[in-house]
Amino acid sequence: MPAKGWIQVNDLYCKGCELCVAACPPKVLALNMERLTPKGYHPVHIVKDGCTGCAICALVCPDAAITVYREVTKAAVPVAAGG
Amino acid sequence: MATLMVPENLVYERPRSFTDAPTHYCPGCTHGVAHRLIAEVLDEMGLAERTIGVAPVGCAVFAYNYFDTDFVEAAHGRAPAMATGIKRVLPDSIVFTYQGDGDLASIGMGEIVHAAARGENITVFFINNANYGMTGGQMAPTTLPGMKTTSSPDGRDVETQGYPIRMAEMLATLDGAAYVVRRSLHDPANIRKAKKAIRIAFEVQDRKLGFSMVELLSTCPSNWNLSPVESLKWLEEHMIPFFPLGDYKVAPAVAELKI
Amino acid sequence: MARELWEGNQAIAEAASRVGLEAYFGYPITPQNEILEWMSRRLPELGRAFVQAESELGAINMVYGAACTGARVMTSSSSPGISLMMEGLSYIAGTEVPMVLVNVMRGGPGLGNIAPSQADYNQICKGGGHGDYHPIVLAPASVQEAVDLMPVAFDLAEKYLNICCILIDGSIGQMMEPVELPEMRPVQRKDFPWAVTGAKGRPRRILSSIYLDPPEEEKTNLRLLRRWQEVQEKELRYKEYFTDDADFIVIGFGTAGRVALSAVRAARAQGIKVGLFRPITVAPFPYKRVAELAQRVGAFLVVEMNAGQMLEDVRLAVNGSIPIEFYGRLGGVVPFPDEILSEIQRVAKAKLSADADPIANWMKRMEMVAR
Repeated sequence: MPAKGWIQVNDLYCKGCELCVAACPPKVLALNMERLTPKGYHPVHIVKDGCTGCAICALVCPDAAITVYREVTKAAVPVAAGG
Repeated sequence: MATLMVPENLVYERPRSFTDAPTHYCPGCTHGVAHRLIAEVLDEMGLAERTIGVAPVGCAVFAYNYFDTDFVEAAHGRAPAMATGIKRVLPDSIVFTYQGDGDLASIGMGEIVHAAARGENITVFFINNANYGMTGGQMAPTTLPGMKTTSSPDGRDVETQGYPIRMAEMLATLDGAAYVVRRSLHDPANIRKAKKAIRIAFEVQDRKLGFSMVELLSTCPSNWNLSPVESLKWLEEHMIPFFPLGDYKVAPAVAELKI
Repeated sequence: MARELWEGNQAIAEAASRVGLEAYFGYPITPQNEILEWMSRRLPELGRAFVQAESELGAINMVYGAACTGARVMTSSSSPGISLMMEGLSYIAGTEVPMVLVNVMRGGPGLGNIAPSQADYNQICKGGGHGDYHPIVLAPASVQEAVDLMPVAFDLAEKYLNICCILIDGSIGQMMEPVELPEMRPVQRKDFPWAVTGAKGRPRRILSSIYLDPPEEEKTNLRLLRRWQEVQEKELRYKEYFTDDADFIVIGFGTAGRVALSAVRAARAQGIKVGLFRPITVAPFPYKRVAELAQRVGAFLVVEMNAGQMLEDVRLAVNGSIPIEFYGRLGGVVPFPDEILSEIQRVAKAKLSADADPIANWMKRMEMVAR
């Protein structure tokens, strides 16, 4: 069973560039067309189940806008943080 | 799922070596990725307190707003000279420059070549996006043959506008250079490799092994007239064949580093 | 300390290294090479930083970097090299960090020659680089005076966060004179509240000359100007010789002032009541003192090794109140005392007018010389 993950996107930084959307392996990200950030961008958010907390989104994010969490299990090894 | 958001589950967070300021870069510009990787390495190595950055003239002119370290702002192309001045009087500090292709490969060609030739113990991050981003997308020394820019509107004609310059290959010929590599920021695997190279470059400096430069192929969606995601693909398909990724100079002492 | 025979350039270099110089960055150009060469041996011996840069552009930007750390730093060059440094000098002025520049002038414009000249007075005193800024410029007339001004230059640069320039020409740089050098002092880096040294235990610091918001740039310009006004009030230096009872006064700086002193002494021996005013700070120029002297004497004779650059400052101070005569030699020609004596004798006898154009009259006389 894949690990369970979650991301938190900071509206201050997200510019809606969609690099994370394209890079996300389980394809669970999309821009939130219902909301605008203070700078006027549609921020990214999780739209369906399946986030594994792999942190690829954070790895490709040019704005360090994403914080990634992952349920601690034996199999869970941080990806981006390990470099 | 908010229940997952507890400290023990934290996998990735914004680097501590960043300030709180959002960047001025265009959406999807990989300058931001390069900044983030540098900040992550400064965190991992615990270097921020003795680091002095040197900002260029170009898109990264405001780099000093984003790193929570001491910073100076150089004249166009002169960052390696300024870094030399700082490093020579503060040899135990960590000094890095962050320069674009116009800054480093055109107006600052003299400064970068001689800093490398002297084996100046500084680290240089060279962002190659094949055009002058800040001034509106003019032809750079790295603009590809045939590539359209605002000052090569019919595409770079090598007969009249010359050929692009491959900086990593050129600097690798200098004996003073200890570590010179080219990486790309266009996908997760390459971003990881880029971070590793940034780490090695700072290790080289920290161990006083000589000049280090990491050239980073980067996108410029606004001036390339492509979406951020299309830009990544364009970089991969057009830039990498002309600017091959690889290690161009790894001095023996650097090759022995265990990181 | 005993007086020893020293070459000007070497004495300047040694004096700087004895008053706490931490780093020197330079590029070879005649007639200042002996400064670079002296530093290349002396500073490594003292465990300090020396780099022969790839160009004057490189050198001044290395100075810029070192200055940002609060280290005592200097460079030296000569006319064409100073032109190349102008970019960095403007940035240094705009960033408000201290540095010392030794400017050993030679004949120009262009490649010119390597003979002594004062043709870069305007370049260094009135800017040269872009933007509103004023370097402090000290013009010694002897090797001893140059040596004595080295610690002054560093102190002024650090006090006013400004460029301080020692302005000499190739003759002072290369002549040998007996001098007394300062005692060796230890390096003492000051704990400047702006210096970038790594943000350990304090908030980070940024040094930059960029102020994108025009009102912020205006504030910066006003701050520079206020500091400059303070320099004008507090830091004027000049020397006067035989001015107390003078009928008229010769004004000259550096080598021209020194040659003029010989001429003034000779004229005094002939009973001509002439004095000499020699500004040492040429920037700021001692306008007020020159204006005071103009109220006491009948005329000024300005002598320079250029086409009347300081003359403009004298005219500004005098404001048409008395006649001003001019004598200049150009292109690296140094006037002999006899030439200036002839000018003094001419001025002593001539009927002068405050409305006359000193440059036009001098050029007419020069046609005789040049022929």
